[in-house]
Amino acid sequence: MKILVLMEHDGTALRSGSGAALGFARALSEDITAFVLGENLEAMADEAAKLAPVLVADHPSLAAPVADRWAHVIAEVARAQNAELIVATSTTWAKDIVSRAAGLLGGAMASDVIGHEMVDGELHLRRPMFAGAVNATIVLEGSPKIITVRPSAYDAPTAATTPFTIEAVATDAFDVEKLPNTTQFESLDRKTGARPDVTEARIVVSGGRAFKNSEDFEQHVGGLADALGAATGSSRALVDAGITPNSLQVGQTGKIVAPELYLALGISGAVQHLAGMKNSRVIAAINQDPDAPIFEFADYGLVGNVYEEVPRLIAELNGDQ
Amino acid sequence: MKILVPCKRVPDPDQKLRLNAETVGIDPAALTYILNPFDAIAVEEALRIRETSHPDAEVIAVSIAPAEGEADLRTALAMGADRALLIEHNGPTDPWNVARLLAAVIEHEQPTLVLMGKQAVDDDANQTGQFLAAQLGWPQATFASQIEFIDDGLRVHRETDLGIEVIRTTLPAIVTADLRLNEPRYASLPSILRAKKKSIEQTTPAELGVQLEPRVRLIGMELINSQRHCEKVETASNLLEKLRETEVVE
Repeated sequence: MKILVLMEHDGTALRSGSGAALGFARALSEDITAFVLGENLEAMADEAAKLAPVLVADHPSLAAPVADRWAHVIAEVARAQNAELIVATSTTWAKDIVSRAAGLLGGAMASDVIGHEMVDGELHLRRPMFAGAVNATIVLEGSPKIITVRPSAYDAPTAATTPFTIEAVATDAFDVEKLPNTTQFESLDRKTGARPDVTEARIVVSGGRAFKNSEDFEQHVGGLADALGAATGSSRALVDAGITPNSLQVGQTGKIVAPELYLALGISGAVQHLAGMKNSRVIAAINQDPDAPIFEFADYGLVGNVYEEVPRLIAELNGDQ
Repeated sequence: MKILVPCKRVPDPDQKLRLNAETVGIDPAALTYILNPFDAIAVEEALRIRETSHPDAEVIAVSIAPAEGEADLRTALAMGADRALLIEHNGPTDPWNVARLLAAVIEHEQPTLVLMGKQAVDDDANQTGQFLAAQLGWPQATFASQIEFIDDGLRVHRETDLGIEVIRTTLPAIVTADLRLNEPRYASLPSILRAKKKSIEQTTPAELGVQLEPRVRLIGMELINSQRHCEKVETASNLLEKLRETEVVE
């Protein structure tokens, strides 16, 4: 089975989750090509070549990831390659661009796949629905099939000692003159900060409704995150209240995370929040309400006031008791 | 100017779901439905455009649902939509076919803007807007947190994993609403009563000339329950000890 794996990057490096799509592809087939598109891709192509043979579309007209253009090129390359399966890791980039490419390729698409199985020659895909309350098993009808996988569900393949080949897409494979031109990139206000990204961190410290304002959140959730070298996350309630920025929101409609450790501070555990973190390896919760639903999804629970308990944790971690 | 707002009828996410006897779907018995929350945000945005910059705008809500789906279109009418269209259809739909049905309506209505939710909270696919844009060859601005009309196009702020991205698109365009675009209004009692009297236009996939071609076959479903057993600890110190035992904390 010919599989085209789309590698996402941020303009300077591959995004770490991209390896999950390759891991999924590797489990299904030996015939895999990693596809990188954009401009000035040398470093990203070299990085990808450690994992699989690489195809590159490197062109000034692809400088910014605008959906109309990038989806067009992905669809053209998928056709030229006779790809039966097109795979990417589920991120906002993939949701925007890969879904549009799927719309150009017949719409046989499954998002956020977390498991698969071959049954009588058919590819069964498992994906969450209803905020993760249900796992559905589906089969896609039609070809090619387009699949995005959750980064936490598949491991990246190990890097090869000798790099694979890197090949450039023939420029006549996509005619620059015919590229769509309905969308212009204007700017990207990159999140800056010393803490790791919530979707990529090993440990996530997340705060909920118990925190009354931004200063308290920063002092307790931020303070504990820094003591642990962790990322910060937040429940939707705090984002809606303007206490935390929306880039921190973990849940069905925000970020889906699955770190080694998820620390839920003053988060009650609404279904929509659980959908974003319940696949974390270890979950610990501190909440004043002993009946909070978060405890049903936690491995360790401490019933208490976060304003009292969190400073104790920070002090102990920093060794100044 | 016409603004088309696709409105999906979804099971209320705040209820306990049960599977049907065959475990290939949700048990419809006693299920309550609502207008997909992201589509409500799209309706609100369309109304704000009409109320602020484009008083001539006509806001048209469209739903694909069984006859009972009228109720959710009435929610859009009560909020202030000018017209509502129900594409009556029983049985499952997938994003590809929803996009094809919407494309057929768009061909007929010729809207300048299609505003819709970024995802529906039942299947969580996040595909329909992008499929529709691809089918029509229109620009798309997904995950919008701010929309502005400029010259003869749009400037849209988008919520991405890397940060807030700003793009410009030509019109007509498809915009999908993210959570922070606005806070939808509650319909007042008089407008709810008025909406009950409004007529809802009806059509069917056959009348639109669309033969459904399924892309997703459902094999089965399972309810997910927590497999974890919570060990309660007494102090912050105890908690840290436990976390160190798991070796994720040094």
